[in-house]
Amino acid sequence: MKSVIGLEVHVELKTKSKMFCGCPADYFGKKPNTHTCPVCLGLPGALPVPNKTAIQWCVMLGLALNCKIPLTSKFDRKNYFYPDLPKGYQISQYDEPFCLKGSLKLDNGKVIKIRRVHMEEDTGKLIHATVGNEDVSLIDLNRSGVPLVEIVTEPDFDNSKDVKEYLQKLQQIVRYLAISDADMEKGDMRLEPNISISKDGSLPSYKVEVKNINSFRFAEKAIDYEIKRQLEILKNNETPIQETRGWDEKKQKTVSQRTKEEASDYRYFPEPDIPPIRWTQKQLEGFRKQIPELPHFKVQKYENELKIKVSDAIRVSENIEVAQFFEKTVKIGSKHNVSPQSVANFLLNKGVNTSNITPAELIKTIISTSTYATIDNSKIKKAVEKVLRENPKALNDLRVGKTQTLQFLIGKTMAEIKEKIDTKIIIEEINRQTK
Amino acid sequence: MKINVKHVAKLANLPISKEEEKKLESQLSEILDYVEKLNSVITKGVEITSQITGLENVVREDKTESCLTQKEALSNAKNTHDGLYKVKKIL
Amino acid sequence: MNYSAYSIHKLREGLKKKDFPSEDIVKDCLDRIKISKLNAFITICETEAIKKAKEADKKIKDGVDLPLLGIPISAKDIYLTRNIRTTAASRVLNRYIPQYSATVIERLEKAGAIIIGKTNCDAWAHGSSGENSDYGPTENPYLKGYVPGGSSSGSAVSVAANMCLVSMGTDTGGSIRLPASFCNVVGLKPTYGRVSRYGVISMASSLDSIGHFTKNVDDSALVLSITAGKDKNDATTPEIEVDNYKNYLTKDIKEVKIGLPREYFSDGLDKRVKEKIENEVKILEAKGARIEQISLPNTEYGITCYYIVQPAEVSSNLARYDGLRYGNDRAHFGNEAKRRIMLGSYVLSSGYYDAYYKKAMQVRTLIKKDFDEAFKKVDVIIAPVSPTLPWKIGEKTQDPLSMYLSDIYTVNVNLAGIPGLSVPIGLIEGLPVGLQILGPHFSEGKLFQVGKAIERPKI
Repeated sequence: MKSVIGLEVHVELKTKSKMFCGCPADYFGKKPNTHTCPVCLGLPGALPVPNKTAIQWCVMLGLALNCKIPLTSKFDRKNYFYPDLPKGYQISQYDEPFCLKGSLKLDNGKVIKIRRVHMEEDTGKLIHATVGNEDVSLIDLNRSGVPLVEIVTEPDFDNSKDVKEYLQKLQQIVRYLAISDADMEKGDMRLEPNISISKDGSLPSYKVEVKNINSFRFAEKAIDYEIKRQLEILKNNETPIQETRGWDEKKQKTVSQRTKEEASDYRYFPEPDIPPIRWTQKQLEGFRKQIPELPHFKVQKYENELKIKVSDAIRVSENIEVAQFFEKTVKIGSKHNVSPQSVANFLLNKGVNTSNITPAELIKTIISTSTYATIDNSKIKKAVEKVLRENPKALNDLRVGKTQTLQFLIGKTMAEIKEKIDTKIIIEEINRQTK
Repeated sequence: MKINVKHVAKLANLPISKEEEKKLESQLSEILDYVEKLNSVITKGVEITSQITGLENVVREDKTESCLTQKEALSNAKNTHDGLYKVKKIL
Repeated sequence: MNYSAYSIHKLREGLKKKDFPSEDIVKDCLDRIKISKLNAFITICETEAIKKAKEADKKIKDGVDLPLLGIPISAKDIYLTRNIRTTAASRVLNRYIPQYSATVIERLEKAGAIIIGKTNCDAWAHGSSGENSDYGPTENPYLKGYVPGGSSSGSAVSVAANMCLVSMGTDTGGSIRLPASFCNVVGLKPTYGRVSRYGVISMASSLDSIGHFTKNVDDSALVLSITAGKDKNDATTPEIEVDNYKNYLTKDIKEVKIGLPREYFSDGLDKRVKEKIENEVKILEAKGARIEQISLPNTEYGITCYYIVQPAEVSSNLARYDGLRYGNDRAHFGNEAKRRIMLGSYVLSSGYYDAYYKKAMQVRTLIKKDFDEAFKKVDVIIAPVSPTLPWKIGEKTQDPLSMYLSDIYTVNVNLAGIPGLSVPIGLIEGLPVGLQILGPHFSEGKLFQVGKAIERPKI
C-alpha cells in the first residue's frame, strides 16, 4: 500500500493589470465589482489581449523549475459553465503550454517531476449568503481575469511532509522571482492535491481531488486524513470513488463535494482571439538572465564558499531581500575582518531589520559591539612573556614555522588577561617577543 | 450519425424540451451526415489552420486602464445585492 | 427631396456648400424608416439622431470638415452602441443597453457619422435570409414577399431603400455579400483583421469580418478608410498600414488579371445568373482586363468545413449569455442558435474533436492554399455570390441544411480570410443579382478598382 499524490498548484501573479484587460489585478479588499471592464465581465463583443509581463513571468517560473520552454505556444478555451466564470469559458492552455517537463528537488534528495506550467485566468468570487429568506450566491468579478499560473506535478509524492516541503520551496522560488506574494491564506497560492492509494505500486484506477486547502498546515492535515480514509475503505476490499472533496477545518476531515459521474468534457479548442506566442532563443536567454540566483544555489554557495553552517545558510537565504543584504554585508565585512559566519550570526540572532540599515552600517555595528577592552600594553607584554615561558614546545613549534600553534598561544594569552581584546594586538606582541 | 442530444445539451447548458430533443436529433443527424463528406479529403500531414492572420506575439504592456463603475457593471443585471450579482444558491 | 438617394460624396459636397442641412437628410431618412413596411430596423434613434444632426450643422457652419460629418448611418444590431439598446435580434438581449461602444462605431462617430438606428438581422447573425430574427423577418425592397438575404438583412435593406447612406454589417460566411447581392447595393467583406471586431458581438471569432454596405464603390472605399486599421483592443488586427483606397478608384483595369474559378460556375449555379456574370466579364475584357480560367480544387469542401468550424466557435461564444450579468437566460435562444450551439458542442466534445474540428481545420488549410496558389496567377477572382436569386420568405425555413447551402459560394472566402466585394450587376425578373470580386489578403484597393469598372451609375 502506497499513497500516490500529484499536485496542481495555482499561483496568482501580482502584475499591475489583469491577464487580458487593463483592469487592476489587485482585488483584495476592494469594493465588489469596481475592478471590471467589458473584457473581464464577459460583456458581448469584448476581446482579450494578453498581458506581456504575465506571460514572461510564467516562462521565468518555468525556467526556475527547470522546465523546457517550447518555442511556440498558444492559448486555448476551456469551456464549462459556472456562475463565477463570466464568458462560459476560461482562457487557458491545453496542448501547447508555455513550460513543460521540469523538476524540483527536495532536501532529502527526492526529485519531484513537474509535468507542466501554464498560464490562465482566474475566475470571479462566489459568496454564499442569505438575503431575505433566500439562500443565494453573490458574485464579485474583481478577481475575474487575474493572471494565474498553474503548476502541475507528476504523481510523485507519497506523503504529506514532502508535499509541504514542495509547497514551501515553490513559494520561496515564486517570492524570489517577485512574481507573486504566494500567500496561501489570501488565496494567492492554492493547492489541489490528487490523492489515491496504490496496492501494488501501479497507478490506481481512481483519484480523489481535495479542495479548500488554504494553508500549509491544512495541506498536511487534509492529505493525512485522506490517506487514512482511503486506507480504511481499501481494507474492506472496496475502492474509494473518484470525486472531489473539500477540507473542512472545523470537522477536521474531508467531505464529499461532487462526484464525477462522467469525466468532465471541457471541449478545448484554440483561442481564436489571441495569436500564438513564439519565442526566439535570444528572448529565452534574456528571461534566464532575469532570474535571480535561487535559494538552493545560495545555500550551496554559502555553505561551500562562505563556510557558514548549513542551517544558517538555509535561514539566511529564506527570502531574497535578506539573502541579498547578507551578501552585500559579507562583501564589506571581508575588508574589515568580519567573517561571513559572524554576519550570519548577527543577522539571524539580533533581529536586524534589513530595511532600516545599510550593509556598511551593519558592519560598523558588528565591529563596535565586538569592541575590545583597552588595556595597558605592559599587561599584555607580561601575559605573553608568561605564556611563552610556560609553553616552550609551542614556542619552538612556532619558531620552526608551525603557524597553527599561534591560535593556541593567542587563546592562552586571552585566558591570562581575562578580558576581551583584539587578537591583532596579541599577535603583534607574540611576533615581537619571538623575533 | 446519431447524436446524444440530452448529453450534449447538458454540456452546452441548454434547456431543451422533449419535442426539441426529437427535432434536434433528426436535424443534427442530417447535418452531420452531410459534413461526413470531409472524410473523403486526404489530410495526412496537413497543418491545421485555427487562425488566418499569421500574426504572432500580440501582447499588451502591463499597464492599468480605467474600469467601469460598479453601477455600470451591474446596470443590466436582473438580480443584484449590495454591489454584487445575485443568483440562486450554488452547491 | 430624396437626399439619401445620393452618395456620401454628393451629400458632403451639398453640406459643405450649405445647400441643405444635415438635419434635413437625417429627417428624410427617419421618415423613410417610419413609413417602411420592410422591417429593416429594430431600434430607431430618432431624438438622438436629430440632436446630432443639429450639432453637425453647427460644426459645418464653424468650418469643421470631417469625412462623414452629418451623414446618417445605421449598424447591424450586433454592434455594441453605448446607451443604445443592442439585441443581436435575439430575445436573449431584448433589453440590453451596452456599457460601451464597438471600436468601429467610435471611429465612425469620430468621423462625424450619425447613427440613426440599429438594423434587423438574423439572430446572432445566424442565417442567410434575414428571416431568423426574433423581431420578425426583413423583406426585400425589390420584390414583395422575397428575402433580402442575410444575415445582415436590415443593413442591406436600409441602404437599398434609402434609409441611410451606410450600414455596418458583419460577414462570417457571406452575411454582407449575400444581402448586398440580393438588394442591389455594394457590400464589402474586408480581409479578416483589417477592421476591428472589438465590441461587435462575436459569431465565429476566426471568421467574423467587419464590413459595410454603401450605394456605390466610392463610398465603400471611403468608409473602409475610416474603419480599417490596428485596434489595441483586438489582438487579431495587424499593424499593416491602411492603403489609400481613393487612389484605386481612378485606375483603369488594363492588364488586370481576373480569374474565373471553374468550381464556382458549375451546374449548381442558376443559368441566368451565370449568363449575367459572363456578360460582365466580357465587358471587363473589352476594357483591357485579362481573363483566365482557374481552379480552386477544394471548393466543394468549404461548406462542410465551415459548418464545423463556425458552430464550434459559436457554441463557445454564446456561452456567456447566461442571464446573470445581462440579458435573459439560455431558454430564450431561438431554434437556429440552439442548433448551432448543439452542433458546435458536439463536434468539440471528447472523442469527436479529431474527426470533426481538427479535420476541418486541416481542410481549412487546403482551402486557403487553393487561394494562395490562384493569386500567384491572377490579381483578383470573380465569382457568383449566391447560386440562386432571392427566394420567397418561408421557402427554406423548415430545412436548415438547404439554407446552409445558400452560402456555398461565400464561406470559402471567410475560411481563407481574404476580402470580397459584392457589386450589383442588374436585375433578373425584378430581383437583384450581384457578383463578388475576391483578392489576396489586404487587396481591398484592387477590389475597389475592379468594382468601379463593373458598377453602373445608378443616380
